Amino acid sequence: MDRYEMRLSGSGGQGLILAGKIMAEAAVIYDGRNAVQTQSYGPEARGGASKAEVVISDGDIDYPKALSLDLLLALTQVSCTKYSADLKEGGILIVDSGLVKDLPPGNFQVYRAPITEIAVKKVGKAVVTNIVAVGILTKIAGVVSEDAVRKAILARVPKGTEELNMKAYEEGLKAAAELIGT
Amino acid sequence: MIDYYEYIRAQNFPHIWCAGCGDGIVLKSFIRSLKKLGIAKDDAVMVSGIGCSSRTPGYIDINTLHTTHGRALAFATGVKFANPRLKVIVVTGDGDATAIGGNHYIHAARRNIDITCLLYNNYIYGMTGGQVSPTTPRGMNASTAPFGNIEPAFNISGLAQAAGASFVARGDVYHVQQLDKLIAAALGKTGFSLVEILSPCPTAYGRRNKMGTPVDLMNWLKDNVVAKDKLDKMTEEEQRGKVPSGVLWDVEKPEFCGEYAKLVERLKTDKKKA
Amino acid sequence: MSTTPKGKVIMIAGNEACAEGALYAGCRFFAGYPITPSSEIAEHLCRKLPRLGGKFIQMEDEIGAMGAVIGASLTGMKALTATSGPGFSLKQENIGHAVMAEVPCVVVDVQRGGPSTGTPTLPAQMDVQQARWGSHGDHGVICLSAATAQETFEQTIRAFNLAETYMTPVLLLIDEIVGHTTEKMVIPEPGAIEVVNRAKPAVPPAKYVPYAPTESGIPVLADFGTGYRYNVTGLCHTETGFPTNDPKRIEANILHLTDKIERHRDEIMRWKAFRLDDAKIAVFAYGAVARSARRAVIEAREAGIAAGLFEPTTLWPFPYEAILETAGRVKAFVAAEMNLGQMAREVELGAKCKAEVHRVNRVDGDPITPKQILEKIKEVA
Repeated sequence: MDRYEMRLSGSGGQGLILAGKIMAEAAVIYDGRNAVQTQSYGPEARGGASKAEVVISDGDIDYPKALSLDLLLALTQVSCTKYSADLKEGGILIVDSGLVKDLPPGNFQVYRAPITEIAVKKVGKAVVTNIVAVGILTKIAGVVSEDAVRKAILARVPKGTEELNMKAYEEGLKAAAELIGT
Repeated sequence: MIDYYEYIRAQNFPHIWCAGCGDGIVLKSFIRSLKKLGIAKDDAVMVSGIGCSSRTPGYIDINTLHTTHGRALAFATGVKFANPRLKVIVVTGDGDATAIGGNHYIHAARRNIDITCLLYNNYIYGMTGGQVSPTTPRGMNASTAPFGNIEPAFNISGLAQAAGASFVARGDVYHVQQLDKLIAAALGKTGFSLVEILSPCPTAYGRRNKMGTPVDLMNWLKDNVVAKDKLDKMTEEEQRGKVPSGVLWDVEKPEFCGEYAKLVERLKTDKKKA
Repeated sequence: MSTTPKGKVIMIAGNEACAEGALYAGCRFFAGYPITPSSEIAEHLCRKLPRLGGKFIQMEDEIGAMGAVIGASLTGMKALTATSGPGFSLKQENIGHAVMAEVPCVVVDVQRGGPSTGTPTLPAQMDVQQARWGSHGDHGVICLSAATAQETFEQTIRAFNLAETYMTPVLLLIDEIVGHTTEKMVIPEPGAIEVVNRAKPAVPPAKYVPYAPTESGIPVLADFGTGYRYNVTGLCHTETGFPTNDPKRIEANILHLTDKIERHRDEIMRWKAFRLDDAKIAVFAYGAVARSARRAVIEAREAGIAAGLFEPTTLWPFPYEAILETAGRVKAFVAAEMNLGQMAREVELGAKCKAEVHRVNRVDGDPITPKQILEKIKEVA
């Protein structure tokens, strides 16, 4: 694989940079591929629009940022509108159905899932919204193995929250499976 | 009898200070204090900023570091923290420490890092030719305050105390026996110790303000700098215009390098527990 | 990209790679002040240094941090500070002191956009000339650059090695992209990368002259507290370390500060060439932009254009000779930078009109893309 590019976007404080790091670490450390993760953020620690990008490849990764996105995750309307221009034709668009109403024009594979709601209602904590999202995009993108992501989450999340985060991840995988009908 | 030649860098004399300047008196007082406390020359580091008083390191045979304007306490913090075994002394002036270096001054005091700061207060920027300083009294003249200074002056001892120093004293170059005791006490203290030393500048301050000869300036110190205990017993009328001297503040509080060492120990213990 | 050494593979951001490189080099003192986008270097070292017998202090300001680093270095510790544009401006005064007093230390600048507060969270390369001329007065400067986490790790070690070898502050300029890009890095085994330690006086204290001329031109400064009592000053001084007003000695002092770097420029200067041998268009790029340039070169080659990359990893001293040699072989340079052409001026100086120098500049906070460089390559080919 030459280059697979994903962008995880939302607002500051949703944990998307951590989600990006987990995806990159899963690819490199547990799947033995190459990956690079970058981020861009505004002055706000909370709110605003924030994005993390992950480029996965089997070869060297020179330019570290996304050029033509294979996948965009948008957890807020603002981030969906602001960051969708780089999504390539036929690319994957995953949105939080509870928070993103207007989709960008274009020919994309769109997946709507109530990501925040799953975190709150099924897992019990909004703070794991990012990990639910990681589960969903892992399943839908299919570029990083589910097991590698599981290990990467366990290596990254704070001690004592492993069970909560695993539940969030599994709920994400489950929601994605329903969306793609497997 | 003390052999001053054991401590000075005689090859650098004559010094650059003007006749009537108090800075040489402080140098000798400091040497007596070093000797009294038995501090080895190899273990002492003197750090200075820019100005007349900051030229002291050139004349004393210990480890010496002459830095940039106002920054002596920042450099000294690096020296002391990197090697807490060393006795670190900062030599600075009123402009150096409380104008351009004001931030380092209050933070060195706040950290209570074990540094002895000898702050020579001559109420003026002497080396640069007599410009107004943060301690120039209101109404006095300076080359940049030719119509009289309109700004209030800093109380630099009070500033150090308020910022967190554990030892604050004020002395002057007339009352030399008292100065010896104050410098020795400061060197013996663990924590940030300040000695504000009133030292006349006949060239750039006294002359411009028509205060007379260097001897007249010495007499001014003699008549107006009064030990705090003595001053407290005076009437309000008698106190007017007098400057209190002696140990103004002396408390025990945690010292920065010691606290860091404790942190390091705590991390080791936590690791063992884990 | 760097050749990958053997060791443990980790995922790490450039800023943390810098901190790890410092530790590998034996750095045990850090003083800094919070500033985006460099703060992760401090945040990494404040957790590690206390466990490694090292010292970490957050100072009251940028100037104080630079002062503390010089003070610590004089006790023999390898010392680091890290900052970004506004802080780099503030540090210049004391960087000059370290130059004049010949005190080794490392200053990392994770560049963001300026002037003034500029764009704290966005990348730029606007400090490259400040690195050369930021502190007042004539003197030589060593400044390195890095484009990846691995390279940041290695260049931080090299920065310490050069500082200790040449007794001078060494600057390492990266940028927000490199600092905040998390990628694969191999932590080499201890000993796999050479670490240079400071020379110790070869004479007893009675015969010691701190700034005495040595064969290499580099002084040997003893650690404070080891029995070698001497004076350190930012004033022009003689070999004794004491101030001087003697014109001959002032001149000798100033010439020495340039000469000690210039006479070793061949050992200090490094650059990387990628497909440059038969190139007709030489892209000149450093830091994060070199990554875009490499992609552009690959794509230009695919489009049938003989492009190559000249990537300096030492920015100062600048490799004028190598630029001239390249200029004799290529039709044109394309100098791509996240500023308005600060290093392109040096390329022009080096090329001596033997090749055209075209520029690709970007100052809007977005990175220069491979496509931008490729378009310029096609335009000038």
